[in-house]
Amino acid sequence: MTAKMTGMYRPFLDATRTALTALTAALLGCALPLMVAAAPASQPVPDTLAQRLKPCASCHGAEGRASPSGYQPRIAGKPAGYLYNQLINFRAGRRSNAAMTLLTDNLSEAYLREIASYYGGLDLPYPAPLKADASAAVLERGRQLVHQGDAARGVPACVGCHGAAMTGVQPALPGLLGLPRDYLIGQIGAWQTGLRRAPAPDCMRQIALRLGGEDTVALAAWLSAQVVPTDSHPAPRIATPLPLDCGSGLR
Amino acid sequence: MATNNVPSKPRRAWRAAAALLALTAVAAATVAWLAGLGPHTQDGSDTAAAQPPGAATGETAGTTADKTASDAATRGAYLALAGNCAACHTARGGAPWAGGLAIATPFGTVYSSNLTPDAQTGLGRWTADDFWRALHHGRSRDGRFLLPAFPYPQYTRVTRSDADALWAHLRSLPAVGQANRPHELRFPYDSQAAMAVWRALFFRPQVQQADPAHSAAWNRGAYLVEGLGHCATCHASRNLLGATQDAAALGGGPIPMQGWYAPSLASPAEAGVADWDTAAVVALLQTGRTPQGAVLGPMAEVVTRSTQHLHPDDLRAMADYLKSLPQQTRKPAAAEAPPAAVMARGLAVYKDRCADCHGAQGEGASPAYPALAGNRAVTLTVPTNLIRVVLGGGFAPDTAGQPRPYGMPPFGHELNDEDVAAVLTHIRHSWGNQAGAVAPQAVQGLR
Repeated sequence: MTAKMTGMYRPFLDATRTALTALTAALLGCALPLMVAAAPASQPVPDTLAQRLKPCASCHGAEGRASPSGYQPRIAGKPAGYLYNQLINFRAGRRSNAAMTLLTDNLSEAYLREIASYYGGLDLPYPAPLKADASAAVLERGRQLVHQGDAARGVPACVGCHGAAMTGVQPALPGLLGLPRDYLIGQIGAWQTGLRRAPAPDCMRQIALRLGGEDTVALAAWLSAQVVPTDSHPAPRIATPLPLDCGSGLR
Repeated sequence: MATNNVPSKPRRAWRAAAALLALTAVAAATVAWLAGLGPHTQDGSDTAAAQPPGAATGETAGTTADKTASDAATRGAYLALAGNCAACHTARGGAPWAGGLAIATPFGTVYSSNLTPDAQTGLGRWTADDFWRALHHGRSRDGRFLLPAFPYPQYTRVTRSDADALWAHLRSLPAVGQANRPHELRFPYDSQAAMAVWRALFFRPQVQQADPAHSAAWNRGAYLVEGLGHCATCHASRNLLGATQDAAALGGGPIPMQGWYAPSLASPAEAGVADWDTAAVVALLQTGRTPQGAVLGPMAEVVTRSTQHLHPDDLRAMADYLKSLPQQTRKPAAAEAPPAAVMARGLAVYKDRCADCHGAQGEGASPAYPALAGNRAVTLTVPTNLIRVVLGGGFAPDTAGQPRPYGMPPFGHELNDEDVAAVLTHIRHSWGNQAGAVAPQAVQGLR
């Protein structure tokens, strides 16, 4: 039936097709120069993570190396497991930052892991720290807490978990050097108020609650004033058992 | 004198008390009457239109009760994805299906409930009939009226067979002991009397009727879009009492309390798909992207959590139905040209911040960066979504079909209200786009 009808109308169809072809050619002839003019010789979009992750660079800097002067933390070179845990924490509401939650909300775990590995694998030099804006006594208190802790208040030394050089420990314990002072104060404060959490047992919350306001300031002042060692890589493994049971530090 | 007409104080008090009493009595009678209506009969007969692909084999293959139950649970798990139920019934970072998500409404905050089989805090003591009553009649196990933040005005169309499958799925979940958090609604919205009145005005239990004038696929699409998919909860406008208006038309509207605009699915100027290829609609629902652009905002969540997991037959069915929606013909009036100074400021911001990815002429770089020229998301009369995207940035959905998306940086911390308004005015009125200017106040309101 259809074939028969097509046969009946073939002359008409052919004529229509010819007319349409001519019309299309004419239109293309007019339009092509315009299209070429409108589309400059643009490079194809690079098929790289750096290009995909432009939204991250907006705060964390190109290649994730935010400077120590502002508030945003550098992420380049942090242990990938730590970065992944934080991406998950933002998505799960255990960390509170509207931009990070919005950006991570519809991304798969596989992609988040890839993003974490990308930034974790960036091996880039650190800039010199800012000059410390604190008294010698405050800096000394900070140094003491980092290296010896405060046994009387049950605060372990930071180096017990974050590495002897404070550059972190693989796979998931972050280094604390090369970060802005205000960011460090903000994070310890967020642990104290419950705005920043980690899977139980939340060791950092317990420690933050034992630190007073002055200790928090002293820690941040000393940490942010340190020159990052030439070997800034996280230690491959923890030397001794962690002083506290931690829900996420070793995973 | 006027004072003669004013009753003495005791008389006024008596009259007020009597009026109050009468009102209460009327309200109580109404509630009692309304409460008496409804779910005494199980009226959820299935229609042919409502059969999902493979449902027939799924329901007849079982030889034992266990097999049948597990088949039903599997089918229910799929239907739960179609309804995106877990999105509301899981708090951020909380146990799946245990509820507790805060949902802001113009009437106060509603907290989703625990749907796991925990006897004390979940649905452990419920029966399939209780669940049917909730889904179809919007009433709890004890007969109380449920709040329509639970979209039972749409779910009422779900068939009894699908409701039972959903129920089998919920029964198969691990029980989580997590008490439901009481809603925080303002008076009178927190009262059963108010709900009774609301329901009398806006709710009728109904069963999806197959339309014999259309194909089985179209009917299946209508069932998914109007029922479980509850598209109208966002893509239809709401009246002052929060009821969706003309749900079937899917004519778009602001999403209450979220600061996003759900575009019309029936308008060629908004998000209508009447002239799209079916395959393009399917691709949008399955991957979140088409060559022209990507879904954003709340729809990115819907694609990520729900539609990307649906069977292609179901997505084609939804596309069939959406393509057939009666089209709104009103065209947005061409806006007058914005002031030259604003356009110049916008162009400067555009060159500085946007042109690298979206191109000097707004031509984009498919598929990573959508074109802005001729993009309906750009020229929507309501600029809300556009402002939100510039302020907050975002990634296209990360789906199995389109993994590892490119993203748009947030600019809220880098551009002030005037700059955001100017650059949006520029892109809305360049390269053939003719949409209206964006006011800095509109940007400020969405920060």
